Amino acid sequence: MPDHLVIKNLNASIGDRPILKDFCLTIPKGEVHAIMGPNGTGKSTLAKVLAGHPDYTVHSGSALLDGQELLGQEPDAIARAGLFLAFQYPSEIPGVTIANFIRAAIVARQAKGAPFDAKAYYSELYAKMDALKMDRKFTARFVNEGFSGGEKKRCEILQLMMLKPKYAVLDETDSGLDIDALRIVSEGVNALRGPDTGFVVITHYQRLLEYIVPDRVHIMWDGRIVHSGGKELALELEEKGYDWVKTELASA
Amino acid sequence: MAEIDDNLAQREAIEVDRSKGDFKYEENYAFDAGVGLSAATVDYIAKVKGEEEWIREFRQKSLKIFQDMPMPTHWATADLENIKFEDIRYYLSKGQKPVRTWEEVPDDVKKTFERLGIPESERKFLAGVEAQFDSEAVYSRMKEELEKLGVIFCGPTEGLRDHPEIFRKWFGKVIPIGDNKFAALNSAVFSGGSFIYIPKGVKVAQPLQAYFRINAENFGQFERTLIIADEGSEVTYMEGCTAPKFETATLHSAVVELVALKGAKIQYITVQNWSANVFNLVTKRGVAEEDAEVRWIDCNIGSRLTMKYPGVVLRGKRARGEVLSIALANDGQHQDTGAKMIHAADDTTSNIIAKSISVGEGRSTYRGLVHIPKTLSNCRNNTECDALLINEHSRTDTYPAISVRGRKNSVQHEASVSKVSAEQIFYMMQRGLSEGEAMSLAVNGFVNDLVKEFPMEYSVELKRLIELQMEGSVG
Repeated sequence: MPDHLVIKNLNASIGDRPILKDFCLTIPKGEVHAIMGPNGTGKSTLAKVLAGHPDYTVHSGSALLDGQELLGQEPDAIARAGLFLAFQYPSEIPGVTIANFIRAAIVARQAKGAPFDAKAYYSELYAKMDALKMDRKFTARFVNEGFSGGEKKRCEILQLMMLKPKYAVLDETDSGLDIDALRIVSEGVNALRGPDTGFVVITHYQRLLEYIVPDRVHIMWDGRIVHSGGKELALELEEKGYDWVKTELASA
Repeated sequence: MAEIDDNLAQREAIEVDRSKGDFKYEENYAFDAGVGLSAATVDYIAKVKGEEEWIREFRQKSLKIFQDMPMPTHWATADLENIKFEDIRYYLSKGQKPVRTWEEVPDDVKKTFERLGIPESERKFLAGVEAQFDSEAVYSRMKEELEKLGVIFCGPTEGLRDHPEIFRKWFGKVIPIGDNKFAALNSAVFSGGSFIYIPKGVKVAQPLQAYFRINAENFGQFERTLIIADEGSEVTYMEGCTAPKFETATLHSAVVELVALKGAKIQYITVQNWSANVFNLVTKRGVAEEDAEVRWIDCNIGSRLTMKYPGVVLRGKRARGEVLSIALANDGQHQDTGAKMIHAADDTTSNIIAKSISVGEGRSTYRGLVHIPKTLSNCRNNTECDALLINEHSRTDTYPAISVRGRKNSVQHEASVSKVSAEQIFYMMQRGLSEGEAMSLAVNGFVNDLVKEFPMEYSVELKRLIELQMEGSVG
């Protein structure tokens, strides 16, 4: 299906432990879908399996990005196909500046030997940093090294804005953020919303969804989606708590 | 590819000739000392070069010392035993005189420069380059303004013949013949290299450059460099080394002596990328007189075995010595590198920063020597060794030897070992970088703070070499 990220009957495990169990989800381009659920239910695993993390084993199923199979591809090929993962715990890369890192990521998407427009790159980078209220000095800092939790997440969103993927998976982007940082990060995501991008927002709390208002909310339990609804589902979940999921939805 | 095939064809021709005991090779070298090392080989080299008797005697004495000294395998790797000295050819020359313009350079040499991938930005420096094609400089042109300043930039033969009053005093003095077995070998058979004299107070703005390479198989390269910076002068010298890949091992054994007189500054930069079968055994040492500074920047990529420990003898008050080194050991390679700082006057300071990267089955070893005797005061040394391991089979060892005595002397030593983690690689690949690109970015990040000290063209070249190494290292 063009313009959709379609995940069908995905089964994946880490070691001997099955985590995703016949997981199905379809995200149309242009929409924001939230996945909520208690800890240990497989939300982050979903993000990593889609991105091709080598620690996970995929047993069956498919994940088609605009019709292109992602499963079984190398992480860099998946990224270049248009899937971006904003990490819950981004890695530090000592000695590599943010400006050089994002530049390398952009060059990796260009045809080999194509010229790189450094002037246009920096003016775009600075504009996006301004939008995220990041100091210009940030470009010279090493990727995630010595960053606060909020700075790490802002840096993830900066990369997202610069790389303009077809689909973005935000894994617990709200964790470790104070309310100001949460607002800034959300504004960054909202600025990217539009017909060309689909979002999967993974979160434990409803709070983030006050700022990034989803088109659909899915509740995940034990490796699969057990309930879907509109944005009001997040509020209902907040009110009734995850016990509700356990006792009513999971058994349904 | 075609050129490599040519070389293989030549190799076969060589082997046929050797079985007949006939040492005339298909390669069109005008002068060839044949295979193996004897007093006759040394005499041949001295004769071809038209050297004075004292140089011939120096060579013969060196040969004797080389033959008498044992291999240093009591501390160094046993791989040294695999050097077949009797199979090596010690002198080859096409007989060219150094030429002065780029147009006069033979086409095959130009092609070699192209294959070496010397960036355009560096070709513009070629006007000031001494390039060594096997034994002799075939291309040499000194900029007119340097000549006017009285700077001498020539090979050892010309230096010792035309300017003995300058060079003879220091030749073989910073590194005596018997310093080590390979310094003795070089002293016996040296040819090519750079002899440089910077007159008092002259500050050479542009770096002087030289490219060295080995062209013929089984051919040892023994260049000899002596740089004398007279009082208050400054010079930067840069060398790059590349060898095409041959089937059998090749030996490179250079001697580099630096003399920084009162208040002078010498910076010596090496970016070396030997092919994986080269034994690279080099002795480099500088003397820094009062208020003088000697700085070695040394990048070792490639080779089968590199043993190299640039040193500075801090002989005058307030002299400064520095070694910044980067070593990258890939599969089957051993980078055994380090630094020596000998403090021999009060108020002297030295700084060593060594970074090594071990990839796959690669092995890197750091050996450091810092010596501050108790008679001195107010001497300082700072040593930092950082090792980066990429995958679990690689190996790194550190052997620092620090002897600091006396009051008011201080030494600081830091060492670290880090790894490129699978999570880091995944993170970078998630941004679209291939595994090789991710690794080379991590490696470039690791050496980043050192590379900032390098001149622009060399940091670009180093980055490119690291990329080539890392891309070749992932399956």
